[in-house]
Amino acid sequence: MSVVVVVEVEDGRASLVARETLTFARGLAALGAGELHAVILGAPTDSVLADCREQGVAAVHTVDNPELSRYAAAAWAAVVEAAGRAARADLVIAPGTGRGNEILAHVAARRGLDMAANVVSVDSVTPLRVQRQVVGGSVIESTAVQSRVRLLSMAGHAVEPEAAATPGAAEVRPLAVAIAPEDLRAQVVRVEERTGGDTSGLTSAKVVVGAGRGAGGPEGFDDVIALAERLGGALGVSRVVTSLGWRPHHEQVGQTGSRISPDLYIPCGISGAIQHWAGCASSKTILAINTDPDAPMVTKATYAVVGDMHEVVPAILAELG
Amino acid sequence: MTNVLVCVKRVVDATGEVVLTDDAMRVDGRYAGYTTSAHEEAAVALAVEVAGEAGGTVTVLSVGTADAAEQIRNAIAVGATDGILVEADPDAMGPADIAAAIAEVVTQRAASGTAYDLVLVGNDAADTGDFQVGVRLAYALGRPVVTGMKTVSVADSVATLTGDGPSGTEVYEVALPAVASILEGAADVRYPSVMGRMKAKKAVIETVAWSGSPQGSGRAGLTVPPPPPSQVTILGEGPQAAAAVVEVLTQLGVVSR
Ligand SMILES: Cc1cc2nc3c(=O)[nH]c(=O)nc-3n(C[C@H](O)[C@H](O)[C@H](O)COP(=O)(O)OP(=O)(O)OC[C@H]3O[C@@H](n4cnc5c(N)ncnc54)[C@H](O)[C@@H]3O)c2cc1C
Ligand SMILES: Nc1ncnc2c1ncn2[C@@H]1O[C@H](COP(=O)(O)O)[C@@H](O)[C@H]1O
Repeated sequence: MSVVVVVEVEDGRASLVARETLTFARGLAALGAGELHAVILGAPTDSVLADCREQGVAAVHTVDNPELSRYAAAAWAAVVEAAGRAARADLVIAPGTGRGNEILAHVAARRGLDMAANVVSVDSVTPLRVQRQVVGGSVIESTAVQSRVRLLSMAGHAVEPEAAATPGAAEVRPLAVAIAPEDLRAQVVRVEERTGGDTSGLTSAKVVVGAGRGAGGPEGFDDVIALAERLGGALGVSRVVTSLGWRPHHEQVGQTGSRISPDLYIPCGISGAIQHWAGCASSKTILAINTDPDAPMVTKATYAVVGDMHEVVPAILAELG
Repeated sequence: MTNVLVCVKRVVDATGEVVLTDDAMRVDGRYAGYTTSAHEEAAVALAVEVAGEAGGTVTVLSVGTADAAEQIRNAIAVGATDGILVEADPDAMGPADIAAAIAEVVTQRAASGTAYDLVLVGNDAADTGDFQVGVRLAYALGRPVVTGMKTVSVADSVATLTGDGPSGTEVYEVALPAVASILEGAADVRYPSVMGRMKAKKAVIETVAWSGSPQGSGRAGLTVPPPPPSQVTILGEGPQAAAAVVEVLTQLGVVSR
């Protein structure tokens, strides 16, 4: 018995969510899930292997096949299947990212297996009972996952990555996988520079000033933009703002926008609906500006000013000089 | 000509407070009302665009109770051609069941002369968030599938789709017939015109049954986690609070004195 974790690579390392997933899967060993294995979606560089050792991974399944150079979910599903067979896994866990969920869904469909997405915790391994996020994170579902091999994707930030007490051997085991032509029917043909806005400024900003319906209209953003500039930060908006066409979608924060984790988030005229919260919950400090003292964004914030953003923001700018 | 099938799900509007039914097995929509997810609205908008350019039809399908006709009509109001309701209790179905039910309709229509070259679904359902229906549907139909796409165009029986990848915009070229899941973001969401509303009201929605029996989703129960106790420090009311705000900004090191 073993658990196989699908490890995505980012900047030559196991991605943050992959490390979270490894920590989580290691915890399941205590519940009887067996040895921890990893399958690498990319090159097993020294740093990726070091991350796996640190996480207590016993064996790392790798693949070196030029047909995988351009991403194709079905082909990677074949790789994950092969790793699962090699490890005799009865549990496969992927990060709940676009790719993690996509590849897992392919494995589920190919092999007729059950998959539970966005898992936050496991109650029991045999039989497998998990808690997962549904309804945009506002509801937790308790679910039984019944197939012989069980597939789970992990909600982001459900656990913090932690080094294992004893490092793993992370023994490299190359897989030989023949990629079927039909698994390359949907393959990335090229990668273009992002059009329609780059979100990297927003996601990496140390300070984000947010604006929601309270801005009042497309011309209501001058002050918040000025404040963002004054604080060396970026503007983030709610979905009401993008769906009304007041600001472009790449500025949207939330479940269907960007996830931000700045040192300071200043949401102005944003109610703090769960779908917005999903994107800003990892901000270190939140300073809300809202006319409604009972708005969820106010009650969840560290600091708040109760008032009209069109009066409060200019006053802050004036005070800053 | 490209005929597009778009799959939409009737879900409880969860933008406000979420209330569960007494048995804690479902989200209660009696007060909140019902809607369609943003991803599926984007899928409808893209389908209308594709069919408009390529001269085809847009059929909206929902697996649900009779009430789901409302969501089908909403899509017809913004440009879809017609609708199919697969009458079933979606709460008793898992993502494999939903995919099987949709696949059955696609296969039957193809046999009777209507081919849906492109099937669009949302990236994930707003309530169950399974991230699976599109992929399972594609395998059931033996078609290629791409997920998380933001734009679609069709020329010469090839769909060009783009989505955000880790290092830029990823472009796929997939031979039709195919399945794609759509992520909100690039499609301009459509609003119904008066004409559209009239058309939607009059549209006849075909109701069909699924011949399969559901495996179910494995759901054992739902809980709404309580909000964490508020720890907020109110800095003041109105513009008078500006000095206190700047004090906090200084403490946090965001501005220097
Ligand atoms: C599937 C799905 C995905 C979603 N994804 C996202 C997402 O990614 N991001 C997102 O943001 N939303 C998302 N939403 C929408 C979300 O549920 C809310 O509808 C949205 O976040 C509300 O935006 P808002 O706070 O700007 O507007 P409202 O909820 O209308 O709130 C406006 C707030 O501004 C305050 N206000 C009004 N006037 C002023 C003023 N002059 N000064 C100060 N305060 C004022 C009000 O008190 C209120 O709190 C999603 C919804 C669904 C169903
Ligand atoms: N009951 C349903 N009726 C029609 N389409 C559905 C249904 N359930 C899911 N879908 C489609 O499949 C997508 C993904 O759903 P899911 O895999 O459940 O997250 C949704 O965005 C819909 O487009």
